[in-house]
Amino acid sequence: MPKRDEPPFLRYLIVNADEMEPGSFKDRLLLEKTPHQLIEGVIIGAFAVQATVAYIFVRGEYVLALERLVRAVVEAQARGYIGRDIFGSGFSLTIHVHASGGRYICGEASALFSALEGRRAIPRARPPRSAVSGLWGKPSVVNNVETLCCVPPIIERGANWYLGLSRSVDGGTKLYGISGRVKRPGLWELPFGTPLNEILFEHAGGMQDGYECRAVLPGGASTAFIMPENFDVGMDFASVQKIGSSLGTGNIVVLDQRRCPIGLLRNLEHFFAQESCGWCTPCRDGLPWVERTLTAIEAGEGEAEDLDLLVHHVSFLGPGCTFCDLAPGAMAPLASGLKYFRREFERHINEKACPWHDTKDAWA
Amino acid sequence: MTTFVVDGKSFTCKPDDNLLQACLHAGWDLPYFCWHPALGSVGACRQCAVKQYASEDDKVGRLAMACMTPVSEGARYSITDPVATAFRASVIEWLMVNHPHDCPVCEEGGECHLQDMTVMTGHAYRRYRFTKRTHRNQDLGPFIKHEMNRCIACYRCVRFYRDYAGGRDLDVFAAHDHVYFGRYADGILENEFSGNLVEICPTGVFTDKTFSRHYVRKWDMRGAPSICVHCGLGCNTITNEREGKLRRIVNRYNGSVNGYFLCDRGRFGYGFVNGTDRIHAPLARGDDGRQGAISSDDAIRRFAALLRSSSRVVGIGSPRASLESNFALRALVGAENFYLGVSARESHLLRLLVGILDSGAVHTPSLREAQQADAVLILGSDLPNTAPRAALAVRQAVRRAGFTLAAAAKIPHWQDTAVRNLAGDARSPLFVATLVATRLDDIARIALRAAPADIARLGFAVAAILDPDAPAVSDLPTDLAAQAATIAGALLAAEQPLVISGIETGDESVVQASVNVALALRASGKSGALMLNVPECNSLGLALMANGHGGLEVALAQPAALVIALENDIYRRAEATVIEAALASSYLVALDHSEGPTTRRADLVLPATSFAECGGTLVSSEGRAQRFYQPIFSKNDVSESWRWLGAAGWAAGRKVCENWSTLDNMVVALAAALPRFARLPDVAPPASFRVVGSRIASQPRRFSGRTAMNAAHSVRDPKPPVSTDSPFSTTMEGYHGKVPSALFPLFWAPAWNSVQSINKFQAEIDGALEGGDPGIRLLEARTDAVLPYYTNIPEGFVPRSDMWFAFVFPRVFGDDEQSARAASIRERMAGATLALNGEDAAHIGVVSGQSVACEIGGEQLCLTLEIHPEMPHGLAGIAGLATVAHALPTLVRITPTGSDVS
Repeated sequence: MPKRDEPPFLRYLIVNADEMEPGSFKDRLLLEKTPHQLIEGVIIGAFAVQATVAYIFVRGEYVLALERLVRAVVEAQARGYIGRDIFGSGFSLTIHVHASGGRYICGEASALFSALEGRRAIPRARPPRSAVSGLWGKPSVVNNVETLCCVPPIIERGANWYLGLSRSVDGGTKLYGISGRVKRPGLWELPFGTPLNEILFEHAGGMQDGYECRAVLPGGASTAFIMPENFDVGMDFASVQKIGSSLGTGNIVVLDQRRCPIGLLRNLEHFFAQESCGWCTPCRDGLPWVERTLTAIEAGEGEAEDLDLLVHHVSFLGPGCTFCDLAPGAMAPLASGLKYFRREFERHINEKACPWHDTKDAWA
Repeated sequence: MTTFVVDGKSFTCKPDDNLLQACLHAGWDLPYFCWHPALGSVGACRQCAVKQYASEDDKVGRLAMACMTPVSEGARYSITDPVATAFRASVIEWLMVNHPHDCPVCEEGGECHLQDMTVMTGHAYRRYRFTKRTHRNQDLGPFIKHEMNRCIACYRCVRFYRDYAGGRDLDVFAAHDHVYFGRYADGILENEFSGNLVEICPTGVFTDKTFSRHYVRKWDMRGAPSICVHCGLGCNTITNEREGKLRRIVNRYNGSVNGYFLCDRGRFGYGFVNGTDRIHAPLARGDDGRQGAISSDDAIRRFAALLRSSSRVVGIGSPRASLESNFALRALVGAENFYLGVSARESHLLRLLVGILDSGAVHTPSLREAQQADAVLILGSDLPNTAPRAALAVRQAVRRAGFTLAAAAKIPHWQDTAVRNLAGDARSPLFVATLVATRLDDIARIALRAAPADIARLGFAVAAILDPDAPAVSDLPTDLAAQAATIAGALLAAEQPLVISGIETGDESVVQASVNVALALRASGKSGALMLNVPECNSLGLALMANGHGGLEVALAQPAALVIALENDIYRRAEATVIEAALASSYLVALDHSEGPTTRRADLVLPATSFAECGGTLVSSEGRAQRFYQPIFSKNDVSESWRWLGAAGWAAGRKVCENWSTLDNMVVALAAALPRFARLPDVAPPASFRVVGSRIASQPRRFSGRTAMNAAHSVRDPKPPVSTDSPFSTTMEGYHGKVPSALFPLFWAPAWNSVQSINKFQAEIDGALEGGDPGIRLLEARTDAVLPYYTNIPEGFVPRSDMWFAFVFPRVFGDDEQSARAASIRERMAGATLALNGEDAAHIGVVSGQSVACEIGGEQLCLTLEIHPEMPHGLAGIAGLATVAHALPTLVRITPTGSDVS
């Protein structure tokens, strides 16, 4: 971002509240339950970068969140927390709450700009960074809801207090969520770096009766599987990366033994193929091919070469090959799935049927 | 220059090039789709992937898209790296997932960039075994065919149509692998540059519908370099022929003129060449008063007899005939009897233009220069309708401000999306002062509607602000004065300001005002670039040949025994009653390619060639003399006008015609006779030009059916025609390879069958052609040249309550005589209308859509009323009636039809 006294003086702070990652629901809680905290974070953040206009870009389906955010903004305006010359500080801020038209790609920061500008939500190439040319070509900062909600308490109590809350090198706390066949699916604010098995077995109460945990996606659909032997991993950025996955949103999806992993992957790839914006070739035409191949395998129509084809896509839809991170994200669970569930893939192809299909163990 | 390394070899490129451009320039065949030299890079297709290495020690490297990679000094890349090669093949495989592989029935086949790139990547075997998605196609009007299933979603079409050409009715819909490029509903593509989609599209989604009606493969056509004959800009084209038919027109890159793009009038207006109203044999009026066909020899005999017996012979030249034909007529009848063949008003204005350009005090920019202007003032010219390609150049010129911002933010100029995003609404200033709204108003800082006199006053006022020595305008209304100050300030702040005007308002003061602005800018130390539009393809060339005479009315004022009308429908140039009166005791000989009022009136008609059946030279509004060549060799009596004139003249004993046997002789004679044209022989190589002893092949090597195509008539292999006027062979025999830039019969390079092969012919990508762009500028500005300011500033326009100032409301389709004969253009032509301001219409008591009557040029006209709220009071725009344009502007009474017109 340009310095305080450097032009251009029109700058934007954008809150990415377009939470659409499959399996993730942490921002929703913050938006619905503590909208004032977010607005406070926005005001502080905007002041820090001297942005006079802020947009909160909210997932369109978060109707309740939108309703409450709008009300909170009105309240903040009424109290003079936002508006012109806030409390005589000389600093002015306008906050707009914007409901997304509804595509996953809008959550990609640069595509979010395009969406806000009323164009097709197509990501933009970097450089230029958004701090140089972002929304409407002006310096822009994009932050996540969770990040901005952390700001007010940090300002209030200091950085050391915040850092001290953590159990890892990444300071502070994190909202961890779990979905799947656990006893208590939910969302918890825990110290950063809380081990996965602690979240899974203590906070979520472990697996429901009759279900075993085979693997988890640690941070939404764009992360690689973590297998049980690594469940002692501390849920922070570096530790999760070390075991070949990534923290993502920190919202964990649990795969149990009664669910076909290929079926799960097919569902995920269906989502990504559908949510591709259609801009770059590998993502636009590669993901539907992957989806159709997985569908065929799941339906017992897979061929031996299909696994090579999937491996081909995993390597050529990786980072740097595609325009943005959507396709590499889509390949993360598939790559790990091909590694950890190779035998299941082969059984589908060899038996010409899904081994989970119509069995009494099948997921209900 | 920047040095970079590809696969161990060092190359150099311009420091601001991207890697793809640099590699193509270095001669590498690196495949690509979404990148286009005129559109920049967006990184969408991922086809140009290469390996990029961080250092000499980096042996792994990472994939990078060449089009999105700035080349840094000493950077190392690999094109042949196995991973990069496999990835590029994979991109083709993805594109082929939904592509229908319908090459055998696809009209793009044989010149398809997708075919070329597929072969280039080596991809052959497709593993995709599922259903392909299909789309519904749209009817996009008379010019463009739509076949969406072939789409590979490179986004070039919308980037050209919307971002580059300013069109609104083509867009991309839906998402993921369902992206759809089309209109929101079936309907005519409105933008006048829609034809470029045919060449922009790398495959067969958008194809030429007019070509489709008589389609043949690219390799089965003879090509000839040509010049567009449908406005004064002189865009370079390639004409394609087979079996005596003109099949299509495609763009011929000229870095200084049209670059990669043509307008739809130029691309689709060729239908008249194949028209049913072509004249194939000489016609003579018999005793019964009817015209009948006669032999060529008879025609020449009769013509010669007329030349011998007639006391006064008047030659009427043509702004759409070649320099050579006009010169032949001028030489035959004598300079004193040669007239411009345009209306008195137009003749006056053209001679004014020649005086201005001849003075050397103003610089006439090429379209390339116009595109680089950073402030543009348009006085009186509705560019999108009268000189469309210039409007496209202006549309790019306003982006200069954005490029400046991008440069400051260190964003490379080719990074298209980033530049556009950063620029936002920042545009270099464009000021459009015209009579009616134009399709450039959306990017204009000021779009002003005024009568010609007020447009001129604005221009004079701008000049007076720029240079106090320029005559001031008295009593300028405050709003105009304020606008003049804004315009003057912007022009002065610019580095390369440009003034555009022309003769289409019919008002000399508008032209003079534009000259004053250019002169005032020159006095302020700027180049003083002034672009003056002329209506027809050789208007300027004809005017440069004039001898101080007036136009048609002057020619007809005195009785003449013989009037020779050269490729000219004189009924479009003067009132019919005037013509009839003048011709009452004259013999009229008409030379033209198609039947019209003039040939019907003529006593002797000689079938002239169209631009596609002869060679010749035209002078564009830039003053650029350019040569065109014939793709069609007709077997009937059609001949070049200069040949008819020469043959008749020689038969009549005129010594001057002695050496008129070839085009080169005509050119030499012209250059010798008129010093202005001294450099004409250098415009293009002479017919004797050979490359390694060979003529240049005008048909591709793969040309097929040479013997079979005539089998229905004769099984003998016919002797191919011989071109006496060009260095081309008429067949595939001859030299295939690099030829002088004025002589490209087609663009083809090994592995590059599509128009994208142009990369191989440019000295630098997007720059001039190797050996320099074709054409010779006849009129250059001179630093010592002086032209005094024009001082006759007109009075401001005062609307009258009883009469309206009727002017030509130009239309891109229909105003041009020749293209208006083309079926596809006719589909785009609308009926004749009269445009009025709403209040004026109310004053007359008429509403939109109602018929109104008025008298113009001695004709009672019944026109449909159109309301144009932006039009100034007292003005009436006459559209779709090019035949009465000669009488405009004029004051008219307007009445609702049915009421008393008097």
